[in-house]
Amino acid sequence: MSETTALGLSARTGGVMVAFTVVFTAVMAFTYDATRDQIQASATEEKMKLISEVLPGTTYDNALLEDYVRLGPTRELGLDEGGRVYRARKAGQPAALLLETTAPDGYSGRIDLIVAINADGSVSGVRAVNHRETPGLGDYIDPRKDRDKKSPWIAQFSDLKAADVPACKVKKDGGQITYHTGATISARAVTNAVGRAARFAADNQNRLFAAKSGGPL
Amino acid sequence: MDFQAHKEIAWNGIWKQNTGVVQILGLCPILAISTNVVNAVSLGLATILVMALANLAISALRNFIPYEIRIPVFILIIAALVTVVDLAFNAYLHELYLVLGIFIPLIVTNCIVLARVEAFAAKNEPAHSTTDGIAMGVGLTLVLAVLGAMREIVGSGTLFSGIEMIFPGTEGLTLFGDNYPGFLVAILPPGAFIALGFLIAGRNWIEARKQARARANPPASGAPQASVEPSAPAEAA
Repeated sequence: MSETTALGLSARTGGVMVAFTVVFTAVMAFTYDATRDQIQASATEEKMKLISEVLPGTTYDNALLEDYVRLGPTRELGLDEGGRVYRARKAGQPAALLLETTAPDGYSGRIDLIVAINADGSVSGVRAVNHRETPGLGDYIDPRKDRDKKSPWIAQFSDLKAADVPACKVKKDGGQITYHTGATISARAVTNAVGRAARFAADNQNRLFAAKSGGPL
Repeated sequence: MDFQAHKEIAWNGIWKQNTGVVQILGLCPILAISTNVVNAVSLGLATILVMALANLAISALRNFIPYEIRIPVFILIIAALVTVVDLAFNAYLHELYLVLGIFIPLIVTNCIVLARVEAFAAKNEPAHSTTDGIAMGVGLTLVLAVLGAMREIVGSGTLFSGIEMIFPGTEGLTLFGDNYPGFLVAILPPGAFIALGFLIAGRNWIEARKQARARANPPASGAPQASVEPSAPAEAA
């Protein structure tokens, strides 16, 4: 008698659980589907806005988002699954490289960056695209969260000359990049990633610009 | 009568059973986010929204949820709601999402949502449950705001920094001049524990004073009322 009750109870609760799972998964799937295009459009717009912050629109005249090289997993850029390098050209001549790169050693995991390196090897600009650094502490790597609006921390990288790239380290490590006390790890992760990206761009510049658009390096 | 019930629920959420300083629930987001007022209030507002929705949904569905598997079903519903809110914010309120975005998934980790669903929404009708969700959320938001203000003022000498991301054109205040060196402990997690301790002590002090006063003169106010209207003390309690 009690066995049938236990069995019946299991079947009933199991059925209800499945029903709830199906219904709410459907709700989530429907929402995902309804919002996907809008979210993608926002993301592209966001990307263009970021690009215009690291690379002024006057420095190139090609369709930047369509002129790229696909990279496989690249340790120098912290890309485990590959990424893209966009190529900015002015009148057909190489102007700058725009690299997607990741600092794997942020305080709260990976920091995705976009780094623009001019053809002469100098750094044009850097922005954090995705990060989870502590709000109010390490998140000054994102200029929108930086308290110093006039000269945000990340602006130090703009116009870093090619000769300065070896000194692209935080001061604690003997470089020239300042950081906020108590939040060195975030700054160090970004700084080292920028240095690696600059060296990667300098070492591979000719190959990167020569490769077929949309193809692999 | 019904208004009275809503008022009772609201008072309960904001003061008597305040999540932050009485139930001491939801410490994870409180400690992590309350480094400044704008972050703290942003998380609070997102929590109000999710708690109201979760309480409403579960209260409406409470007769279909078997008692034995209520917790997994609650978690499923809360997680689904948070996902929907997250996606909807990302798509239709993108500017706001850039500010609130990282906080919305954090709400799933907040045990206060599950606690209220289990303790209130599963046993009460939808309108009361929604009020309870909002009131609990408001109570949490108030604690977060005060905590955020304390830590921001002491820790970095500013107030409302970052508000320009929510209201363009406005600007945060710098209280002690640009040379304020900052007080790192207030920004780090220990500062949150210390500030929360002060808040709990402050609330207990107010309650203790109230009780002492009620004990000091019960014959003056309590006795005559009880003789005139017998239901009055029951309602007050």
